[in-house]
Amino acid sequence: MEKKRVVVIGGGIAGIQASLDLADRGYEVHIVEKSPSIGGHMAQLDKTFPTNDCSMCILSPKMISCADHANVVLHTYSELESVEGSFPDFKVTIREKARFIDTDRCTACGDCIAKCPVKVPSEFEEGLSKRKAVYLPFPQAVPRKVTIDKKHCRMLTQEKCGVCKKACQAGAVDFEQEDAIIELRASVIVLATGFDLMDAAAMPQYGYGICKDVVTSLQLERLLSASGPSNGHLRRPSDDKEPRNLGFIQCVGSRDSKARNYCSSVCCMYATKESILAREHAPDVEIAIFYMDMRATGKGFQEFVSRARDIYGVRYVRSRPAKIQPANGDSGVLMSYETRGAAGESKTEEFDLIVLCPALTPSTNNTDLAEKLDVELDGEGFFRTPDIAHPVDTTGKGILVCGFASGPIDIPDSVSQASAVAARAAELISGGER
Amino acid sequence: MLRIGVFVCHCGHNIASAVDVDEVVEFARKLPGVVYAGQNLYSCSQEGLGSIKKSIEDNDLNRVVVAACTPRTHEPLFRRACEQAGINKYLFEFVNIREHCSWIHAKEPEAATGKAKKLVAMGVAKASLLEPQEEGESAVIPRAVVIGAGISGLAAAASLLDQGIETHIIESKNCVGGLLREVAVIGPEDIDSRNLINSLEKRLTSSPKAHLHLNSRVKEVKGFVGNFEVTIAKGDEDITVQAGAIIVATGTREFQPAGEYGFDEYPAVITQLELERRLAKSDFAASRMAIINCAGSRQPGREYCSRVCCNASLKNALRILDKNPDAQVTILHRDIMSCGAAAEELYRRASERGVRFVRYGLEKRPQVHAKENGVVLEAFDETLDETIDLDLDLLILATPLVPPEDSVETGKHLKVPRDKYGFFLEAHVKLRPVEFATDGVFVCGSARWPVSARECIWQGQAAAAKASIPISEGKVRIEAITAEVDPDRCAACGNCVLACPYEAIEIVEHLDTMAAKVNEAQCKGCGTCVAACHNDAIQQKGFSSRQLGAMIDALIRTATEGTQ
Ligand SMILES: Cc1cc2nc3c(=O)[nH]c(=O)nc-3n(C[C@H](O)[C@H](O)[C@H](O)COP(=O)(O)OP(=O)(O)OC[C@H]3O[C@@H](n4cnc5c(N)ncnc54)[C@H](O)[C@@H]3O)c2cc1C
Ligand SMILES: Cc1cc2nc3c(=O)[nH]c(=O)nc-3n(C[C@H](O)[C@H](O)[C@H](O)COP(=O)(O)OP(=O)(O)OC[C@H]3O[C@@H](n4cnc5c(N)ncnc54)[C@H](O)[C@@H]3O)c2cc1C
Ligand code: SF4
Repeated sequence: MEKKRVVVIGGGIAGIQASLDLADRGYEVHIVEKSPSIGGHMAQLDKTFPTNDCSMCILSPKMISCADHANVVLHTYSELESVEGSFPDFKVTIREKARFIDTDRCTACGDCIAKCPVKVPSEFEEGLSKRKAVYLPFPQAVPRKVTIDKKHCRMLTQEKCGVCKKACQAGAVDFEQEDAIIELRASVIVLATGFDLMDAAAMPQYGYGICKDVVTSLQLERLLSASGPSNGHLRRPSDDKEPRNLGFIQCVGSRDSKARNYCSSVCCMYATKESILAREHAPDVEIAIFYMDMRATGKGFQEFVSRARDIYGVRYVRSRPAKIQPANGDSGVLMSYETRGAAGESKTEEFDLIVLCPALTPSTNNTDLAEKLDVELDGEGFFRTPDIAHPVDTTGKGILVCGFASGPIDIPDSVSQASAVAARAAELISGGER
Repeated sequence: MLRIGVFVCHCGHNIASAVDVDEVVEFARKLPGVVYAGQNLYSCSQEGLGSIKKSIEDNDLNRVVVAACTPRTHEPLFRRACEQAGINKYLFEFVNIREHCSWIHAKEPEAATGKAKKLVAMGVAKASLLEPQEEGESAVIPRAVVIGAGISGLAAAASLLDQGIETHIIESKNCVGGLLREVAVIGPEDIDSRNLINSLEKRLTSSPKAHLHLNSRVKEVKGFVGNFEVTIAKGDEDITVQAGAIIVATGTREFQPAGEYGFDEYPAVITQLELERRLAKSDFAASRMAIINCAGSRQPGREYCSRVCCNASLKNALRILDKNPDAQVTILHRDIMSCGAAAEELYRRASERGVRFVRYGLEKRPQVHAKENGVVLEAFDETLDETIDLDLDLLILATPLVPPEDSVETGKHLKVPRDKYGFFLEAHVKLRPVEFATDGVFVCGSARWPVSARECIWQGQAAAAKASIPISEGKVRIEAITAEVDPDRCAACGNCVLACPYEAIEIVEHLDTMAAKVNEAQCKGCGTCVAACHNDAIQQKGFSSRQLGAMIDALIRTATEGTQ
């Protein structure tokens, strides 16, 4: 009997877990991931709350399992082109974007990368370091194949250079390569497109892009990571010195009627995690977290916050900072905020480094996907799941959703939702209640 | 002839920042039996695994030692690489030089490197004595058991049935639905719980493969993944069901806050579940109300946040206002936990509709005083920095969800652990949220942690997915690292039978006498019996006395050589 097929769009932890469960359940799974590697945001994290397991250590075996699994086919650097038909027979067209690399030949030896003269900010390192125009996004990337970024490659933009082609002994560089179009039929489609970080520069009062020493939480994850741009040493961008104190600002654009109404759900906990890690990396750094409500509702979360407060000396301040501006000179930041209570007063504190926790927003492609698949988005741009009895069903029959694509959610909940997707796909394919 | 390959991992900077990898590689190269020693930036990356496989082939290796991180997450990966390169995966030995060396001794690179060398020497010594092992296979009974028919158990059962899997549902009460039967309206989306329960129940009753056992409890559970035997006590009758997988969905109950906020003293002080019951009736009448959140939680002794109460309070405040627009409702809280989009919207709506929010702290808790037909609540409002008095008809305590009284027993029957609060403890908090460490047993819903109805349902489905995998495959692999009895040395004393936490050993006839015998499918390879045996008659495959002895010898040798 021919295996039933499922197409999973998005290869973050949610898409990966859904794919592995579906593949173990006997279905042929095609993962469509728009970036050059699967892994999603979890690959960028240093540790994960509340147990502080090393993120990549628990993720990379799953990434490799996707590459190894007989029932999983990876389409990375790919996007959904179009969908026709309906459940249980979707006709899916996938565009595999040209990497300008013959992936059968590429061994990711790095010779091309060493020679490439073009440097651009690394997406994986959140702009804290540079990558080349031909690059491997991170060492554990799956698949382990380099990609030439056609926006920045000199050969592809100006028709001069080509040193990578000369450097590659495997003869894998192919500037003539074109996008490949793949058509397949699938019974079920899964949306696992995750989140984007809201652009913190859109809220100038928080000083991002104005003060060098204001970074985002995801940048701090990279700064804390032993494999990150500072080898895990806590440094502030302006002068590369270890900060003496550090302030986290919660709800930057979340729970804010002028930006995003909703709560991003994971920031209180990851700020607590990053505080603990920062203290472990730099024991003298003093840390304050400025928040509205400390939301710690998952298993072990309250204890985690208590540990940060009582053992790591993290100061939790209930306040929404009003303004962040440069301190004297190039380094450091001045932050003004109101204290609570009847005797509320305006205060200004100086910080060596400020970390913003920006709203986590739906993936920008959701609108396009919703249109192609004829499913509804909710008011915020997440895929709508109206039926509580079928919590991973979108408004389109046979089109399921898991992870942050369905709304703000942490890793454990993304994982259980991903498994729920596998069950739901099996229910639908087995002809159960529709 | 031994041909051992040793691969030392940098783990980026995780290991290499403290352990001198070059030095460990050089050291390993000289160990007896080692014909190849190399290093990888990330052994677990596709490149690292590829290079291990290539070295196995190029150097004709027949034993592999990887010195890297923890077998907990990475052993399957390296075992698989060995298998793909054509050697038995039990000829692989894992040495942890990250958790045991570079992380714990991050500030002492020399000590970390020295210890890494010792551990590698021990690993190589053991690898020299490793033997190939064959994994068994065991058939899976295509049937599942779900314990508990609350919303989580119903969702799990409905999913299994819709996947075509025969399912027995065991419910101790005389009806399905659990806690939600008393919560008429499910927030934040205001869903009619009766309809939801009915729709799920219908998926059960319409299936010929469903067997619902009401007024029933689990009496005994025997067996192992694929092959469980569950005895159900149903009235005076015992029913035995054979099943391939078991899902625990035994849920929770509402904490009864004896002694708190005048709960036993004043009739006007009730819990939120009682409020739910009263709101479901048409004659609900009260106009001045306050809800105290975190009554009995987030305090010493019960430190956790019960996740569902804030949203339930917001929902109920709005329901009260729907019934009586002139009602005055105050919510006393410490943080409002309205995570996500729909819940935050609920919070906003409650504020807009005039619900008063008062933030209290543990230092100055609200006090309850007597009053005719109600109570007076004296509270310190942290935001306003002042004490307020509220004249109330009704004071509602939002208390946490706590595990059912008999969850200890359920845990014992299934041999699954519980956390310090009594909730069931999953295999891995991050990546295996609905699995137990015991294969074939799964958990969902508020039995694991207080969660909303929506989360209960998807977790039920998730547990069903996990249970359906072995059932649809029809067979499970049985780990080869098990204990093995030498019947000739065995005195049949039975110590091992008592010691084994998995009931995997029995005394059977052997030739003309008696001897212990290990059921390999049930054995978890924990080694407890090996330690319990006085006669050295039990060995654990992959951890034999000889192998462990060789490791100790290697350690002593390396340590003494190091001091000379
Ligand atoms: C700074 C920070 C720290 C965090 N720390 C923790 C923590 O410690 N513990 C925890 O539990 N959670 C943490 N989180 C939350 C966690 O990152 C998310 O819960 C998790 O990543 C969600 O997984 P996902 O797969 O749904 O989404 P993502 O990780 O965002 O993955 C989505 C994937 O889909 C791809 N994609 C998107 N659109 C398309 C498209 N149209 N076509 C094809 N592919 C597409 C993306 O490229 C990406 O690979 C943290 C978040 C942040 C921002
Ligand atoms: C006051 C209150 C208001 C709430 N409001 C909301 C809300 O608005 N929105 C929302 O999403 N959630 C709400 N919740 C939470 C939600 O009701 C629960 O999380 C959910 O109902 C739990 O479902 P469950 O199936 O996991 O557990 P339960 O409902 O507890 O079901 C467990 C079932 O297992 C049975 N059982 C237990 N032990 C055994 C055993 N050993 N053998 C056999 N059977 C056994 C029990 O009899 C029960 O039927 C509220 C909770 C409370 C207390
Ligand atoms: S194998 Fe382990 S130690 Fe090596 S890179 Fe991978 S996670 Fe790190």
